[in-house]
Amino acid sequence: MTDEPSPKDDAALAASPTRMERLAAVRPRLLSFARLHLRDNALAEDAVQEALMAAIEKDASFAGRSGYETWVFGILKYKILDVMRFQKRQGRLQPLDDESDDDAIDRQFQENGRWQDHARPASWGDPDQVFENEHFWQVFDACMITLPDNTARVFSLRELMGLSTEEICRELDIRENNCWVILHRARLKLRACLQKGWLKEETAR
Amino acid sequence: MMMCKEATRLMSLKQDRRLTFQESISLRFHLTMCGACRQCDHQFSLLHHRAGKRFEAEFEEMPGGDGAGTGGSGRRE
Repeated sequence: MTDEPSPKDDAALAASPTRMERLAAVRPRLLSFARLHLRDNALAEDAVQEALMAAIEKDASFAGRSGYETWVFGILKYKILDVMRFQKRQGRLQPLDDESDDDAIDRQFQENGRWQDHARPASWGDPDQVFENEHFWQVFDACMITLPDNTARVFSLRELMGLSTEEICRELDIRENNCWVILHRARLKLRACLQKGWLKEETAR
Repeated sequence: MMMCKEATRLMSLKQDRRLTFQESISLRFHLTMCGACRQCDHQFSLLHHRAGKRFEAEFEEMPGGDGAGTGGSGRRE
Protein backbone atom coordinates (compact mmCIF):
# COMPACT_ATOMS: atom_id res chain seq x y z
CA MET A 1 0.00 0.00 0.00
CA THR A 2 1.15 3.50 -0.75
CA ASP A 3 -0.29 6.91 0.04
CA GLU A 4 0.55 8.31 -3.32
CA PRO A 5 -2.39 8.62 -5.72
CA SER A 6 -2.05 6.68 -8.93
CA PRO A 7 -1.49 8.73 -12.11
CA LYS A 8 -5.09 7.99 -13.12
CA ASP A 9 -6.52 9.47 -9.93
CA ASP A 10 -4.24 12.40 -10.37
CA ALA A 11 -5.64 13.15 -13.80
CA ALA A 12 -9.21 12.88 -12.53
CA LEU A 13 -8.48 15.27 -9.70
CA ALA A 14 -6.85 17.73 -12.03
CA ALA A 15 -9.80 17.76 -14.40
CA SER A 16 -12.55 18.20 -11.88
CA PRO A 17 -11.97 21.74 -10.55
CA THR A 18 -12.37 23.19 -14.03
CA ARG A 19 -15.51 21.18 -14.60
CA MET A 20 -16.85 22.27 -11.22
CA GLU A 21 -16.24 25.89 -12.13
CA ARG A 22 -18.03 25.40 -15.40
CA LEU A 23 -20.98 23.77 -13.67
CA ALA A 24 -21.15 26.67 -11.24
CA ALA A 25 -21.06 29.11 -14.15
CA VAL A 26 -23.81 27.34 -16.09
CA ARG A 27 -26.08 26.83 -13.09
CA PRO A 28 -28.01 30.15 -13.28
CA ARG A 29 -28.90 29.54 -16.92
CA LEU A 30 -29.99 25.99 -16.17
CA LEU A 31 -32.12 27.32 -13.37
CA SER A 32 -33.86 29.91 -15.52
CA PHE A 33 -34.69 27.23 -18.09
CA ALA A 34 -36.01 24.87 -15.41
CA ARG A 35 -38.08 27.67 -13.85
CA LEU A 36 -39.56 28.61 -17.19
CA HIS A 37 -40.66 25.04 -17.71
CA LEU A 38 -41.62 23.86 -14.22
CA ARG A 39 -42.97 27.20 -12.92
CA ASP A 40 -41.94 26.30 -9.40
CA ASN A 41 -38.73 27.47 -7.79
CA ALA A 42 -38.22 24.51 -5.49
CA LEU A 43 -38.88 21.97 -8.24
CA ALA A 44 -36.60 23.85 -10.60
CA GLU A 45 -33.82 23.89 -7.99
CA ASP A 46 -34.26 20.14 -7.49
CA ALA A 47 -34.10 19.38 -11.20
CA VAL A 48 -30.96 21.49 -11.63
CA GLN A 49 -29.36 19.91 -8.57
CA GLU A 50 -30.08 16.44 -9.96
CA ALA A 51 -28.66 17.42 -13.32
CA LEU A 52 -25.46 18.81 -11.79
CA MET A 53 -25.00 15.68 -9.68
CA ALA A 54 -25.52 13.49 -12.72
CA ALA A 55 -23.04 15.56 -14.69
CA ILE A 56 -20.40 15.07 -11.98
CA GLU A 57 -21.12 11.35 -11.64
CA LYS A 58 -21.15 10.74 -15.37
CA ASP A 59 -18.24 13.03 -16.11
CA ALA A 60 -16.34 10.21 -17.79
CA SER A 61 -19.17 9.61 -20.26
CA PHE A 62 -18.98 13.14 -21.66
CA ALA A 63 -17.78 12.33 -25.15
CA GLY A 64 -16.99 15.83 -26.35
CA ARG A 65 -19.31 15.58 -29.34
CA SER A 66 -21.07 18.71 -28.12
CA GLY A 67 -19.88 21.46 -25.83
CA TYR A 68 -19.75 20.54 -22.16
CA GLU A 69 -22.49 23.04 -21.23
CA THR A 70 -24.74 21.73 -24.01
CA TRP A 71 -24.23 18.23 -22.67
CA VAL A 72 -25.23 19.31 -19.16
CA PHE A 73 -28.28 21.08 -20.61
CA GLY A 74 -29.29 17.79 -22.24
CA ILE A 75 -29.11 16.08 -18.85
CA LEU A 76 -31.28 18.80 -17.34
CA LYS A 77 -33.99 18.21 -19.95
CA TYR A 78 -34.16 14.55 -18.93
CA LYS A 79 -34.33 15.52 -15.27
CA ILE A 80 -37.16 17.98 -15.95
CA LEU A 81 -39.13 15.21 -17.67
CA ASP A 82 -38.46 12.99 -14.63
CA VAL A 83 -39.83 15.66 -12.31
CA MET A 84 -42.91 15.99 -14.50
CA ARG A 85 -43.50 12.23 -14.55
CA PHE A 86 -43.19 12.15 -10.80
CA GLN A 87 -45.72 14.98 -10.47
CA LYS A 88 -48.05 13.11 -12.77
CA ARG A 89 -47.79 9.88 -10.78
CA GLN A 90 -48.55 11.84 -7.63
CA GLY A 91 -51.62 13.29 -9.33
CA ARG A 92 -50.17 16.76 -8.92
CA LEU A 93 -50.49 17.84 -12.53
CA GLN A 94 -53.77 19.59 -13.10
CA PRO A 95 -55.94 17.78 -15.60
CA LEU A 96 -55.97 19.36 -19.02
CA ASP A 97 -59.32 21.04 -19.42
CA ASP A 98 -59.52 22.56 -22.82
CA GLU A 99 -62.59 24.76 -22.73
CA SER A 100 -61.70 26.98 -19.79
CA ASP A 101 -59.84 29.81 -21.45
CA ASP A 102 -61.23 30.19 -24.94
CA ASP A 103 -62.34 33.74 -24.18
CA ALA A 104 -58.86 35.15 -24.55
CA ILE A 105 -58.69 33.67 -28.04
CA ASP A 106 -62.17 34.79 -28.99
CA ARG A 107 -61.28 38.34 -28.05
CA GLN A 108 -58.65 38.36 -30.79
CA PHE A 109 -61.21 37.67 -33.52
CA GLN A 110 -64.46 39.18 -34.71
CA GLU A 111 -67.53 37.01 -34.90
CA ASN A 112 -66.96 36.44 -38.60
CA GLY A 113 -63.50 35.01 -37.86
CA ARG A 114 -61.41 38.00 -38.96
CA TRP A 115 -58.83 39.64 -36.69
CA GLN A 116 -60.01 42.31 -34.28
CA ASP A 117 -58.22 45.58 -35.04
CA HIS A 118 -56.42 45.63 -31.69
CA ALA A 119 -55.17 42.06 -32.14
CA ARG A 120 -54.10 42.26 -35.78
CA PRO A 121 -50.54 40.89 -36.12
CA ALA A 122 -47.89 43.53 -36.81
CA SER A 123 -44.23 43.12 -37.60
CA TRP A 124 -41.82 42.69 -34.67
CA GLY A 125 -38.97 44.09 -36.71
CA ASP A 126 -35.93 42.37 -38.17
CA PRO A 127 -35.96 38.83 -36.67
CA ASP A 128 -32.18 38.67 -36.38
CA GLN A 129 -32.12 41.80 -34.27
CA VAL A 130 -35.24 40.93 -32.32
CA PHE A 131 -34.06 37.50 -31.23
CA GLU A 132 -30.64 38.82 -30.27
CA ASN A 133 -32.31 41.32 -27.98
CA GLU A 134 -32.25 40.35 -24.31
CA HIS A 135 -35.29 42.54 -23.78
CA PHE A 136 -37.40 40.56 -26.20
CA TRP A 137 -36.72 37.42 -24.18
CA GLN A 138 -37.61 39.18 -20.95
CA VAL A 139 -40.97 39.98 -22.52
CA PHE A 140 -41.18 36.36 -23.69
CA ASP A 141 -40.56 35.02 -20.18
CA ALA A 142 -43.13 37.40 -18.74
CA CYS A 143 -45.65 36.30 -21.37
CA MET A 144 -45.00 32.62 -20.60
CA ILE A 145 -45.99 33.30 -17.00
CA THR A 146 -49.34 34.71 -18.12
CA LEU A 147 -50.25 31.41 -19.83
CA PRO A 148 -52.31 28.96 -17.76
CA ASP A 149 -50.15 26.14 -16.30
CA ASN A 150 -51.47 23.44 -18.60
CA THR A 151 -51.13 25.50 -21.74
CA ALA A 152 -47.63 26.60 -20.79
CA ARG A 153 -46.59 23.03 -20.02
CA VAL A 154 -47.61 21.72 -23.42
CA PHE A 155 -46.10 24.71 -25.22
CA SER A 156 -42.86 24.38 -23.32
CA LEU A 157 -42.60 20.62 -23.96
CA ARG A 158 -43.05 21.29 -27.64
CA GLU A 159 -41.10 24.50 -28.23
CA LEU A 160 -38.54 24.64 -25.43
CA MET A 161 -37.89 20.95 -24.81
CA GLY A 162 -38.35 19.99 -28.45
CA LEU A 163 -40.66 16.99 -27.96
CA SER A 164 -42.96 15.90 -30.78
CA THR A 165 -46.71 16.13 -30.16
CA GLU A 166 -46.75 12.32 -30.14
CA GLU A 167 -44.22 12.26 -27.31
CA ILE A 168 -46.15 14.94 -25.44
CA CYS A 169 -49.32 12.86 -25.66
CA ARG A 170 -47.48 9.92 -24.19
CA GLU A 171 -46.04 12.02 -21.34
CA LEU A 172 -49.33 13.68 -20.45
CA ASP A 173 -51.84 11.01 -21.45
CA ILE A 174 -53.74 13.24 -23.81
CA ARG A 175 -55.00 12.79 -27.32
CA GLU A 176 -52.94 14.34 -30.09
CA ASN A 177 -55.89 16.40 -31.21
CA ASN A 178 -56.09 17.86 -27.74
CA CYS A 179 -52.42 18.68 -27.92
CA TRP A 180 -52.81 20.58 -31.20
CA VAL A 181 -55.73 22.57 -29.80
CA ILE A 182 -53.68 23.55 -26.75
CA LEU A 183 -50.66 24.51 -28.85
CA HIS A 184 -52.82 26.64 -31.15
CA ARG A 185 -54.18 28.47 -28.15
CA ALA A 186 -50.75 28.88 -26.58
CA ARG A 187 -49.23 30.32 -29.76
CA LEU A 188 -52.08 32.78 -30.28
CA LYS A 189 -51.90 34.02 -26.71
CA LEU A 190 -48.15 34.21 -26.62
CA ARG A 191 -48.02 36.00 -29.95
CA ALA A 192 -50.55 38.57 -28.80
CA CYS A 193 -48.75 39.11 -25.51
CA LEU A 194 -45.36 39.43 -27.21
CA GLN A 195 -46.73 41.93 -29.69
CA LYS A 196 -48.24 44.02 -26.92
CA GLY A 197 -45.20 43.91 -24.67
CA TRP A 198 -42.48 44.09 -27.25
CA LEU A 199 -43.89 46.72 -29.58
CA LYS A 200 -44.88 48.90 -26.62
CA GLU A 201 -41.32 48.82 -25.32
CA GLU A 202 -39.92 49.47 -28.76
CA THR A 203 -42.03 52.58 -29.32
CA ALA A 204 -41.32 53.78 -25.77
CA ARG A 205 -37.61 54.02 -26.49
CA MET B 1 -63.96 30.60 -47.61
CA MET B 2 -61.62 30.13 -44.67
CA MET B 3 -61.38 32.99 -42.16
CA CYS B 4 -58.39 34.20 -40.16
CA LYS B 5 -59.23 32.30 -36.98
CA GLU B 6 -59.35 28.98 -38.80
CA ALA B 7 -56.22 29.93 -40.76
CA THR B 8 -54.29 30.41 -37.50
CA ARG B 9 -55.29 26.87 -36.52
CA LEU B 10 -53.57 25.55 -39.64
CA MET B 11 -50.55 27.84 -39.15
CA SER B 12 -50.10 26.37 -35.70
CA LEU B 13 -50.78 22.80 -36.82
CA LYS B 14 -48.17 23.12 -39.54
CA GLN B 15 -45.48 23.53 -36.84
CA ASP B 16 -46.45 20.17 -35.37
CA ARG B 17 -47.38 17.92 -38.26
CA ARG B 18 -47.45 17.88 -42.02
CA LEU B 19 -50.61 19.50 -43.36
CA THR B 20 -52.79 17.49 -45.71
CA PHE B 21 -52.88 18.65 -49.31
CA GLN B 22 -56.31 20.17 -48.77
CA GLU B 23 -55.22 22.00 -45.60
CA SER B 24 -52.09 23.26 -47.21
CA ILE B 25 -53.90 24.64 -50.26
CA SER B 26 -56.58 26.40 -48.24
CA LEU B 27 -53.99 27.94 -45.94
CA ARG B 28 -51.84 29.13 -48.82
CA PHE B 29 -54.85 30.61 -50.56
CA HIS B 30 -55.81 32.51 -47.44
CA LEU B 31 -52.26 33.76 -46.88
CA THR B 32 -52.00 35.23 -50.38
CA MET B 33 -54.91 37.49 -49.52
CA CYS B 34 -54.30 38.34 -45.87
CA GLY B 35 -51.27 40.34 -44.76
CA ALA B 36 -52.09 40.06 -41.06
CA CYS B 37 -52.17 36.27 -41.31
CA ARG B 38 -48.89 36.23 -43.25
CA GLN B 39 -47.38 38.11 -40.32
CA CYS B 40 -48.91 35.65 -37.84
CA ASP B 41 -47.68 32.68 -39.86
CA HIS B 42 -44.19 34.13 -39.91
CA GLN B 43 -44.24 34.74 -36.15
CA PHE B 44 -45.47 31.23 -35.31
CA SER B 45 -42.58 29.87 -37.37
CA LEU B 46 -40.10 32.20 -35.70
CA LEU B 47 -41.29 31.15 -32.25
CA HIS B 48 -41.03 27.52 -33.23
CA HIS B 49 -37.49 27.86 -34.54
CA ARG B 50 -36.04 30.37 -32.12
CA ALA B 51 -37.63 29.77 -28.72
CA GLY B 52 -35.81 26.48 -28.16
CA LYS B 53 -32.63 27.61 -29.90
CA ARG B 54 -32.33 30.52 -27.54
CA PHE B 55 -31.15 28.26 -24.73
CA GLU B 56 -29.20 25.91 -26.98
CA ALA B 57 -27.31 28.90 -28.33
CA GLU B 58 -26.62 30.29 -24.87
CA PHE B 59 -25.12 27.03 -23.69
CA GLU B 60 -23.06 26.64 -26.82
CA GLU B 61 -21.70 30.12 -26.45
CA MET B 62 -20.71 29.80 -22.83
CA PRO B 63 -16.98 30.33 -22.52
CA GLY B 64 -15.39 27.01 -21.67
CA GLY B 65 -13.18 26.99 -18.58
CA ASP B 66 -10.23 25.07 -19.99
CA GLY B 67 -10.52 25.83 -23.69
CA ALA B 68 -9.33 22.29 -24.33
CA GLY B 69 -11.66 21.57 -27.21
CA THR B 70 -14.69 20.85 -25.06
CA GLY B 71 -15.89 24.44 -25.05
CA GLY B 72 -18.56 26.19 -27.04
CA SER B 73 -17.31 25.25 -30.45
CA GLY B 74 -18.92 21.82 -30.62
CA ARG B 75 -22.04 22.40 -32.68
CA ARG B 76 -24.78 19.85 -32.91
CA GLU B 77 -27.15 19.22 -35.83
